[in-house]
This record gives sequence, C-alpha cells and structure tokens, in this order.
Amino acid sequence: MEQQVATFEVKKGLAQMLKGGVIMDVVTPDHAKIAEDAGAVAVMALERVPADIRAQGGVARMSDPELIIQIMDAVSIPVMAKCRIGHFVEAQILESLGVDYIDESEVLTPADEAHHIYKHPFKVPFVCGCRNLGEALRRIGEGAAMIRTKGEAGTGDVVEAVRHARSVLGEIGRLQNMPEAELMSYAKEIGAPFELVRETRDLGRLPVVNFAAGGIATPADAALMMQLGVDGVFVGSGIFKSGDPAKRAEAIVKATTHYDNPQILAEVSRNLGEPMVGRQVTDIPEPELISTRGW
Amino acid sequence: MNIGVLALQGDFHEHVHMLDALGVKPRLVRLPEHLSGLAGLIIPGGESTTIGKLAEAYGLVEPIREFGREGAIWGTCAGAIFLSKDAHRDQPLLHLMDIQVERNAFGRQVDSFTIDLAVPFFDDGLENPYHAVFIRAPIIREVRGEAQVLLSLPDSRIVAARQGKLLATSFHPELTPDTRFHQYFLAMARL
Repeated sequence: MEQQVATFEVKKGLAQMLKGGVIMDVVTPDHAKIAEDAGAVAVMALERVPADIRAQGGVARMSDPELIIQIMDAVSIPVMAKCRIGHFVEAQILESLGVDYIDESEVLTPADEAHHIYKHPFKVPFVCGCRNLGEALRRIGEGAAMIRTKGEAGTGDVVEAVRHARSVLGEIGRLQNMPEAELMSYAKEIGAPFELVRETRDLGRLPVVNFAAGGIATPADAALMMQLGVDGVFVGSGIFKSGDPAKRAEAIVKATTHYDNPQILAEVSRNLGEPMVGRQVTDIPEPELISTRGW
Repeated sequence: MNIGVLALQGDFHEHVHMLDALGVKPRLVRLPEHLSGLAGLIIPGGESTTIGKLAEAYGLVEPIREFGREGAIWGTCAGAIFLSKDAHRDQPLLHLMDIQVERNAFGRQVDSFTIDLAVPFFDDGLENPYHAVFIRAPIIREVRGEAQVLLSLPDSRIVAARQGKLLATSFHPELTPDTRFHQYFLAMARL
C-alpha cells in the first residue's frame, strides 16, 4: 500500500475542492486575512493587482518569495502565486516555496513567445488562462490541472470574461453534437490534442475544473459567470480596488454560492460602497490587451 | 429516501453524481428549509472556513445540529472538520462528532496523495482495496466518547470515524468511481 503524490488526480483534486468558491488576489498578509475571513477558498499572492500592473506598466514578474511566504504564513487556505508564461524557473522557485497552485499567467509579462511551461513534471499543480476550447485543451495537454477563462484582467469590465466563458462552453456544446468521424479535423482546426477533444466530448465538460477570471467586480458579475456555467470565480482588482474590500469580498462569496437566488443577490449587493473604477475593454488599444498573451 | 448534499461550496456536484449512479436523486441544501424531510446529509470537500462561514451567515448551523440528532450526516475532508467538536483553531463548527481534527495535517498541496486502503467493513474490502484520495487533508487526532475509529493509515493515523449515524472521512470517496462508501452511508441513513 504505497502512497502516491503529485499524480494528475491529486493535482486536479485540489481544484475540485475550490469549486463554487472565490479566489482573491491579495498583495499583503493583511489582505490575505481579510480574504480568508470573507470566505475566500484561496488567495493569489502577488505584488500588484492587475489594475496597477496595467496603470504602472513595465515588466511584471513573479512576486518576491518573501511576500509569498508571509502570505502563506498568514492564512490556512490554499495560496496560489503567478509565474510568467513560459518561465519555468519562476515556477521551480514557486514550487520550492510550497505554494499550493501556480498560475502561469498572462497578467505577467510573458517570458516565452512560443511555448508555455511543460507542466507535467512539476509536483505542484498549475492553473492556466484560456479564451477558447483549443487554448484550454492545449494547456491541459501541457499539464494544467485547472483552467480559468481569461477575461480582461484589471478592467472591472466583465464583457471579456463573458465572451471567453461563452466561447469555451459553447464550443463544448457543439462538440457534444459532433459525429465522431469529425473529431480529428475539429481537433486540427482548434489546435487541440485529439484525445482531449474526445474526452471533453464524452464528459460534456472540460476534463478539469474551469473558473472565470478577468473583470469580475460585483456580486452580480460573479453570479453571472456562475449561471453561464463556470465552476467558480477569480476576483483580482475588483475587491481591493473597491471602497470597502471586506464587505465586497464577503458579498461576492455569498453571490457565488447563491448565484441562482436573485433575492439573496439583491440583498448582498446593497450598500457595498464604491466599486473599483473600471475601464471599458473597448477603450483599450489592441497592444495593451492582456488576454491575447498566450499561444 | 431523501438525501441532501450541502451545496454552499466545494465538490458537492461530485457527491451528486455518485448518488445519481446509485439511483438516489439528492437535494442541494443551501438554506435551512432545504433540510426538511431528509434522511441523510452529505457535507462535501471544500474549504472548511468558507463552508462554515456561509453556514453561519445563512442560519444553517443550528438546523444541521438539530438534524444530526436523528438524521445521518457524512462529512468528507472539509465536511469532517465541520462535523467535529474540535478543529484546534477558531472557526465555525457543528460540534456534533466527538473527534478532534487537525487541518492540513499532511502538509500543503504538494504533499496531497492517494493510497489504496483495505476496508474491513466492506464485504469485499480486503481483497478489493479502496482507493482513497487525500487533498490537503485533515487527520482525526483523537476519537472520544461515543465516536469510534473506522479506518487508519498504515502509520496508524486515523482517517475515518463514526459516531452512531455520523460519519467522518479525511479523504474523498466522491473523487473516485468507487461507490462503496456512498453505499455504506446510504445504509446508515436507512437505520
């Protein structure tokens, strides 16, 4: 009776425990405590929330390990941290710190313009962003044990999160009605591994947990994504860039649980104070878009 | 027989699928009124702090405690923590099972593991071991009063306990295709 660690089963298992929950971006141990007390299922430790990365520009990299360790010490819930796309050494460092999940994230400046990290050999599980089914299945093929739709981080505008969730879930719907004989050419068309296309068709969903991210700023936004059919939500700038982070965080947690109960949604949406100052995605020039990073 | 699954947060859909496979159509429980007429309740895996917080916010703690006096309750991982009387730290608990649990007792996610365990109380549990999945799992440090040890790891750490119609497992039977633990719980709920 041997113990087995770091199997795909246990990597994807942690994501299953996060379902129906809210993962919050935090930049200090105090934020992490506020997030935990509000009912977050996990925190994402980073130096700047996406809205600040967007505003300040420059190269965005993995956070200082000291900050990540302080956040890990501050809370009992899982701690995630971001590395740059393709930067497998940042990932090795994060793994050595003992973070519970690595987000290979387009929010940071990509380190490789052609390749994502080959994630299978790592003991720590990875979550990756996607805009469509092909991108999701390529990431799973590389070893991602959790997927999030990208949205457009740091905007507070939910439109891209909706677009990407509808894209992934709509493509899965079409795939389910597709004759088997057409799967190979479909796999070629979307650039996805054939076996994962077939598995997704048989399951009627992605083979791993699928959260929404990028632009979720209100309880109603979170409930919208849940009703569209994702498994949970990431909230980045939406909480700690708002007027009353603790209250908003708790409201978004409640809205994610009671996403199909408009009375509760109305109640938790009351008197939340100022939301983050948003930025319409349609006002952002093409080169400044974050969601187009990733291949 | 009506079985409910606490659906505040966590892998409750995985439990629903297991029960579906056994021909039981479970009810999702999010508010106190959803408990009425149930014979059993499953509290899923997830984050115990989140589940406890939401249970408190929506007035579920007392009604579930009340339900647990007659009905059967099974907690997996976070659910087992929530069922306990003592989690070694300050967080909302049901205080139903006389067990002391220790959260994240094996370490962080990189220490999560699977192991095949012999389960003496299954008909075929010795020749056909049970594939147990531990995700940032708690252990049951101490079993007191009426509570009894059901299963331990080879190193003798306790990972399942029972107290009358209350069942706690550190691992996640809902993450496997093996329905034997769910069948065991359904039999408890029928008592």
